[in-house]
Amino acid sequence: MENFSPTDPMIPRSYRVKRKIRESHDTFTLDLQPDNLEEKTNFAPGQFNMLYTFGVGEVPISISGPMKESGHILHTIRGVGNVTQALNNLKIGQKVGLRGPFGNAWPIEEAKGKDVIIMAGGIGLAPLRPAVYSLFSQRQQYGDIALLYGSRKQEDLLFHKEFETWRGKYGIQVKVTVDTGDRSWKGNVGVVTTLVPRVSFDPSNCIAMICGPEVMMRFSALELTHAGLTEDKIFITMERNMKCAVGFCGHCQFGPAFICKDGPVFRYDQIKPFISTREF
Amino acid sequence: MKTLESVLIKHPFFENLDKPYLELVTGCAKNVKFEAGQFICQHDDEANQFYIIRHGKVALEICPPGKAPVTVQTVSEGEILGWAWLVPPYRWHLDAHAIELTRAIALDGQCLRKKCEEDKNLGYELLKRLLPAIGRSMEATRLQLLDIYGARD
Repeated sequence: MENFSPTDPMIPRSYRVKRKIRESHDTFTLDLQPDNLEEKTNFAPGQFNMLYTFGVGEVPISISGPMKESGHILHTIRGVGNVTQALNNLKIGQKVGLRGPFGNAWPIEEAKGKDVIIMAGGIGLAPLRPAVYSLFSQRQQYGDIALLYGSRKQEDLLFHKEFETWRGKYGIQVKVTVDTGDRSWKGNVGVVTTLVPRVSFDPSNCIAMICGPEVMMRFSALELTHAGLTEDKIFITMERNMKCAVGFCGHCQFGPAFICKDGPVFRYDQIKPFISTREF
Repeated sequence: MKTLESVLIKHPFFENLDKPYLELVTGCAKNVKFEAGQFICQHDDEANQFYIIRHGKVALEICPPGKAPVTVQTVSEGEILGWAWLVPPYRWHLDAHAIELTRAIALDGQCLRKKCEEDKNLGYELLKRLLPAIGRSMEATRLQLLDIYGARD
């Protein structure tokens, strides 16, 4: 295990769990540190890593932080399958294999000089958080920024403790909604698409980045186009069964594209014919 | 001081409504205020109000038997509350209470219905505005039913 290659994309490098943050009842964030402390943990917002739990398997996980370049890297994971449950069972100091980062990035540069809408559903906020941090790091380069975030229930909301800072320090519009709520919830109830009319942005000069379940992204893109955005200004991130992560195996083929290599971020007008095809 | 008419015409629901119609609608209008926690309507109550929300937030609730109430939707500034005033049996279909101090314009349902009967064009105009709002609410409910954030099967 000590002979992990720093360059071969197929060979995992050794990382250790530095910290584990409980985000919700089934979602957690692993803060990983490379065994080789000289290893850089650079990544572009939107990229993912393959995390390998020894003896169990490997899964693609989006990078959810940190805000600045540092010697560690965050992944926010929902424990729903064998590998993600095994990741959930890892203790501080235990090893995990990591390959990556893979894939392309959110259009942070293209968004300069424009309003930005960040639209997330459920755990979809995790791959968008580095994009949010990137926008903050050059806040004056962007116009109005709005985060529209939907979740199933109040207790499933991720990173909500950061929202006040995002509002106050960086002046972004943060609108949150849940699918159903009880009387303790004083926020919005309804699907995330209902938040679009509640934020101000210039549709003729705006970029939208969406991440969440596919059906949520489809309806969100539709709502944004109703609000005046053109489809070439909407970006979504796709998820498929990624195995090799470098476009060899074909597991994540989606129409003419490999999600791992050509994505996971796609311009909506380019992916729409496939995302809206029944049973595709 | 703002007149009811000037407030109504700025609300998205009445955007670009012809002035004669706006005057007819204003004749049925009054300002109302609900404190946080105050109920606006309850299931099966007579539905004789149509609310144009100006500020605040309202929770629409369903109360399943033997269980705590569940909020299924919120409406806030720029939105509307209520369509049951338009069609028999004129009964509310759910409970609604203000989550925070809410200011609205209440339109008297009986008054509006009478004017719509007398001037079918006004009725048609209101229906064209009401139906998309009901449609959006129905589409949102369908999405909620999908439980898209739940675990995959």
